[in-house]
Formats: sequence, structure tokens, C-alpha cells
Amino acid sequence: MTTLTPVLTRNWDRADSFTIDGYGEYAAAKKALGMDPDAVIQTVKDSGLRGRGGAGFPTGMKWGFIPQGDGKPHYLVVNADESEPGTCKDIPLMMANPHALVEGVIIASYAIRANHAFIYIRGEVLHVIRRVQAAVREAYERGYLGSNIFGSGYDLELVVHSGAGAYICGEETALLDSLEGHRGQPRLKPPFPAVAGLYACPTVINNVESIASVPSIVANGADWFAGMGTEKSKGFGIFSLSGHVTRPGQYEAPLGITLRELLDMAGGIREGHQLKFWTPGGSSTPIFTAEHLDVPLDFESVGAKGSMLGTRALQIFDETTCVVRAVLRWTEFYAHESCGKCTPCREGTFWLKQVLKRLEKGQGSEEDLATITDIADNILGRSFCALGDGATSPIHSSVKLFRDEYLKHFEIGGCPFDPAASTVWGSK
Amino acid sequence: MTYSPEVRERLETDAKEIIGRYPKPRSALLPLLHLVQSVDGYVSDDGQEFCAEMLGLSKAEVVGVATFYTMYKRKPAGEYNVGVCINTLCAVMGGDQIWEELSEHVGVGHDETTEDGKITLERLECNAACDFAPVMMVNWEFFDNQTPESAKQLVDDLRAGKEVAPTRGPRRLCTFKEASRVLAGFPDGQAGEGPSAAGPSLEGLKIAKANGWEAPKAEGSEK
Repeated sequence: MTTLTPVLTRNWDRADSFTIDGYGEYAAAKKALGMDPDAVIQTVKDSGLRGRGGAGFPTGMKWGFIPQGDGKPHYLVVNADESEPGTCKDIPLMMANPHALVEGVIIASYAIRANHAFIYIRGEVLHVIRRVQAAVREAYERGYLGSNIFGSGYDLELVVHSGAGAYICGEETALLDSLEGHRGQPRLKPPFPAVAGLYACPTVINNVESIASVPSIVANGADWFAGMGTEKSKGFGIFSLSGHVTRPGQYEAPLGITLRELLDMAGGIREGHQLKFWTPGGSSTPIFTAEHLDVPLDFESVGAKGSMLGTRALQIFDETTCVVRAVLRWTEFYAHESCGKCTPCREGTFWLKQVLKRLEKGQGSEEDLATITDIADNILGRSFCALGDGATSPIHSSVKLFRDEYLKHFEIGGCPFDPAASTVWGSK
Repeated sequence: MTYSPEVRERLETDAKEIIGRYPKPRSALLPLLHLVQSVDGYVSDDGQEFCAEMLGLSKAEVVGVATFYTMYKRKPAGEYNVGVCINTLCAVMGGDQIWEELSEHVGVGHDETTEDGKITLERLECNAACDFAPVMMVNWEFFDNQTPESAKQLVDDLRAGKEVAPTRGPRRLCTFKEASRVLAGFPDGQAGEGPSAAGPSLEGLKIAKANGWEAPKAEGSEK
């Protein structure tokens, strides 16, 4: 049986967890600044840490791509634009434990030889922004940021930057454009940010949880981190359970834990109901069903079953939920958030929305299922960035797994489900 | 309308501080637009011109950016921006019903403001609090685990001028303009208020502690 491993969440029940007193003295940053920067990168490489923002790219390798001795400024940008539907880990992490992030920023910036770092937080989370602003100020006051940190001669400025409401800015190059004061639209790659990122300079962009995991790796060693998780998906991560589950919440566990194990801890599906479908890592990851309860939640195993680990955003839906309604709503989201830069995504998500609306009302036909599949095929792999690809995940997976439910809608000329039954109060 | 000399002077002082944070001035545009909202309650024509002037951009460039982001209001917004999450998970858990009942109760639709200028209603996309579904946000503070009744009560209280506290946030809910100032990077000193974490955020930790589960000890560590 897999058990929980609270590291990032360990101090969240302390009333002062968001202050330096409640966090600790930045011992890991002090240790790192006494090391050679390349040795810090090697430690993170050895730990096997992979990006916690969804894509799972090896963090240490990303840092290693930054050219050294190139005479250009380097930048670290933390992607704190958590907006993927279902994803809700970085927000409570920054609210309760912002110093883990700030300490991680110091270590990562030092490793890649950056003297300027940014935390780009979505704007719609005011109290989280307050907490991160306060943590940064405290770190400056203690001399952990600014000039000559820990007397090492290393200088670092850290800016907290609020976004303004755009899911697309979670895409790393759109985030950079936004941070440069433009509309947040993705850039053509290559060049990759490691070569030409912020202000066309070498830049590392990492997710909040990735950076916040770094102090524990430096403090406890790469082997400690690599001792958790699976062979290729090492370490711990925060699993966010939401929806029709008895005790939704944040469960920090080694990668490779299963939904069955997590549900056991969370009291199971809400009383009197059964699991119908779930997302392993947010709305952009193809849905799973009860058949997948024992799939180890690591990058490889989830991928082998046709989905993605993503951000470990486990949205759980029971048998009262209409899958067509769920997919329509996600599709409306992608259409709303499409930045408009490329045609497949801009037009495709808009068309998908129209057809799905018709289907949900029971006014569609079997031909519409071929149409949405065809549209999705024309977005997937042809859009400028992953937003378009993500929009196709709920379409393809739901048509494959729940074709009969789509058909049922136009057989009876409407939705066979009562939306009141799936509400929190509807079950009582 | 143009800014009075006092307002203009204050705006310029703040704008210079914001611009000073960045290696390149244009990076200050998003916070500057938040700053404009903190004064005008929306991105006014004057405000956009002010941003353009401070950054050496054309007004069209500023408008092009302002119209891209949903948090920038194109017309005067209410004192309280009341959002109901209608993305899939919250919608299914009751957000759709909350939205319908609330919108009918208040008498305005999406992105519309009540005549008294108090409330703007907004259909929100996922706000990263899914374990607290159904979720509402007022001036970007969390109002977790809502019901149609609690939502209507909340808005009635706001309109009646009663003090309202977010479920995870400061003791007192600030206005839209005050919130915008924090977003522009000027803290309001309320970071220390409210819980570190609450409810579902602590569920895993509680279970771990009850079972004595911990992350493995590092080799050679004392405890």
C-alpha cells in the first residue's frame, strides 16, 4: 500500500506556515549557494525531478540547457498561472507555504546564473498574491534576496507579477509575451526559451510545485527524492481530488499511487453513488473510467493507458453526471480561452462548441459525432500550442468511451440526466 | 474627463515605481492597467492613454493588450465583482444552479452591473479551488462551498453594506479598486490575515498525521 508523504504540505496546519518563522531559515538555499552552480544542477538532474506543471520535462535537464558564459542576462520565470480546469495545487501551496517557492527560486536562479527572477501569478487569486508578496518582502528583509545573499557575492532580484485573466498565459511562451507587456500569445519554437526567452535572453520557466520541491532535494539529497515514486517518475507530488468524492482535497503522495488508493483515503465516492469518469490531470487529459482505478499515477503508466498524468488534477464524476454536458462545458472553456493566433484552434474550438451545444440539447445526429471527431483530428497536432491539443482530449476520449450516451441524447431528444442530482445538495 | 493634477501626480509616482521593477519598461503594462483600475474602477480611456504615455507606446498598442485579458473591465464595474465558477466541475456540483438563481435574484447577467453600482456579475472559468466546489469569487477572494442560498445572501449583504469575509482571505472584503491596487504590486498589509489553509487543503495532511505517515528520512539525518 502506498502511503502519503507530506513534504510541501507538511506545515500547512501551522497558523504561521506562510511566514519565515513558520517555514524555517532557508538552510537549503544557504547550502546551495555554497556549492558550485553546476553541482546544484547535477543534484536536481540526479533526483529525477520532472516538471510538475503537466508536461513532465526533466527539471535539471531544462536548467542544463541554459548556455553559460554567453554574456547575456539569464532569467528564471515561475509559472504560477494555475488555470487548467481541475488543477488546484499551486494556489493552496502558495497561500500556505510561499517560502518553499521563494527558497526554490533562489536555488534555481543561482544554478542557472540568473540575477533576476519573476513569479507570474494569475491575477484572480488576491490573497495568494498577498502571501507571495509578503514572503518575498520577508526574504528581502532577512537578506535572502537582494545583494550578496548569505555573503556569497550572489545577487538576486525577485518580482511578483500578477496576470490579468488568460488561461493561455500558462503556456510558457505566451507567459513570456504577457510578461513583456503584450497579448499573451504563444511563440513559435524553436528558438526555445533556454536560448531566447524573456527579452530574447536565456530563460528557464518552471511550475510552482517544481521549484518548491527543489529546497527539499538540496536539503535531503537527490537519492532521498529519487527513493520515492517509480523508476521514471520519481519523487512526490500533490494529488488534487475534487468532485463527487467524500473528502475532496490535497493529498501529497509518491508518484505511482493509484486512484483506488487515493479514494480509499478520501472516503470513496460520495455515499450511495459510483464512479463514472475522471480526469487524471486536468481537463486537457483524456478521461478515464472505473476501469482505470488501478493505473499507477505516474507519467509512463497513465500515458500507456492513453491519457496523461498532467497536473494530477483528479476531477471525479459519479453516475449522475452527463458526460456530454461535462465535455460541452470544457469545450466552451477552450473556445473562450483560445488566443486566436492559429486557425485550427480558433475556428475548431468554436465549431466544436456549436455542435456540442446541439448534441446536448438532443438536436444532433450520429453524423455530428463524426463531425466533432473530424474537427478534433484537425486541431490535434496542427495547432500552434498545447491549448488546441488539450481541447481535443475530452472530445476524443468521451466519444470513444461514452458513444452510447451521446446517441441517447438525440434518441430521446434531450439530456437523459437531471442536473439537480449531481449537485452537492442534490444528493441529500 | 482628464485626471486632476493630484491624481495624475499620484499615478505617475506609482507608475514610475512599477516600471522600475522591470529590466524593460513595457513589462510594466499589465500592472499599470491594474493600477488604472484601482483609480477608475475600469480601464478608462484616460487610463489607457496614461499607460501609453508612461511607456512610450501608442494607445492602440495599449488597447490591444487591455482587450486581451478578461480582468480588465471595459466599462465602469461594480464595487464588488461577483463571479460564479461555471467550468465543468463547479457547474456540475451546483455552480450552474447558483448562477441561474443568483442572476435572477440580482437581475443582471454576465458582465452586467446593478444600477446602484454595487455588483457586477460574472461567469467565471476555473479558479483553482476545485476541491471547494462550488466556488465563487468576490473581488478575487475565495468564497468556498457555496449554495444558491449562501450566494444570494452574500450579494444581499454586500448591497446592504454589511461586512463580509471571504472563507480563505482577510477579515474584511476589499473593494474592486482596492483589490486592483494589490494586483498592481502595492500590498495592503493584509497578507497575515486568514488561515494558512483550510478544509480540503488539509485533508491529506490530516490523514497522514492520523496514520503516522511521513516522507522517508534523509540518510544521515537526525530525526
